[in-house]
Amino acid sequence: MENEFTFTLGPVAIGTSVITTWGIMLVISVIARLSTRHLEMLPGTFQTIVEGIVAAIDEAINAVAPEHGRQILPFIGTLWLFLIIANLLSLVPGLHSPTRDLSVTSALAILVFFAVPWFGIKNQGLKNYLHHYLTPSPFFLPFHIISEFSRTLALAIRLFGNMMSLEMAAMLVLLVAGLFAPIPILMLHIIEALVQAYIFGMLALVYLAGAMQTQHLNSQE
Amino acid sequence: MSDIASIVLGSSVAAIIGIALGVIGPALAMGKAIGSALEALSRQPESERAIMRTLFIGLAMIESLAIYCLVIILIVLFRNPLLEYVLK
Repeated sequence: MENEFTFTLGPVAIGTSVITTWGIMLVISVIARLSTRHLEMLPGTFQTIVEGIVAAIDEAINAVAPEHGRQILPFIGTLWLFLIIANLLSLVPGLHSPTRDLSVTSALAILVFFAVPWFGIKNQGLKNYLHHYLTPSPFFLPFHIISEFSRTLALAIRLFGNMMSLEMAAMLVLLVAGLFAPIPILMLHIIEALVQAYIFGMLALVYLAGAMQTQHLNSQE
Repeated sequence: MSDIASIVLGSSVAAIIGIALGVIGPALAMGKAIGSALEALSRQPESERAIMRTLFIGLAMIESLAIYCLVIILIVLFRNPLLEYVLK
């Protein structure tokens, strides 16, 4: 949980998780740039892999929000790709996954928190979006507001708790047993990292779809 | 017994009992959720994707209960805010 190797940039302290996040951003950006620079009709190996990834994400999003898939694909897809790389990063010796830092997961959860009204208002206008807080009756207003905050908190704490406890478990087993004993735990780590990344993106997708699809219902009425 | 010793004893016992009790509820809930999902799956195998997606989201929700428990226990064990009163 401590930030080793910290330097300060003016009044802001830069910790390891920020530097790792920058590294991941750089890697993703470079790969995205390289893969889209020379797009061809008959794709080579690299382009086929990237197209497969994008198609898988597209299919998963269209299963939940068929009308708005195109619109939220960049946000959800970026979350998924970033989280998969970030969660798996602690398998690399010497690196820690940035998602075991509560600040990083809170930042991601806050992004989702603000993306929900952003996409909601963009799709159905301010009035219709705010009206959804008063359904099915105005008495539900406090519960809607509480649920907005509590689900953001739950997103952040879930990812943080899972990743941190996995790393901590591997470390404790290493302390108790020998060198090769933590390998089963690390295998569990791979599964858990992928599942957590999937769940974070999927929950964000469900929240976004929920905010955007009320418009669909309203226009039908 | 000194104050520190009793705090250490108390928080260790509380942590172990807390995680043991705190995991029972989510375990029962997860078992129930997976059981119902399997029943639904055997009845309607064609809606596998929707069932699995809902199951995963539900499991994540249930699992976060156990994770809250773990986070609280880690706070009690490593960053106990009540220690301030004793050290003062």
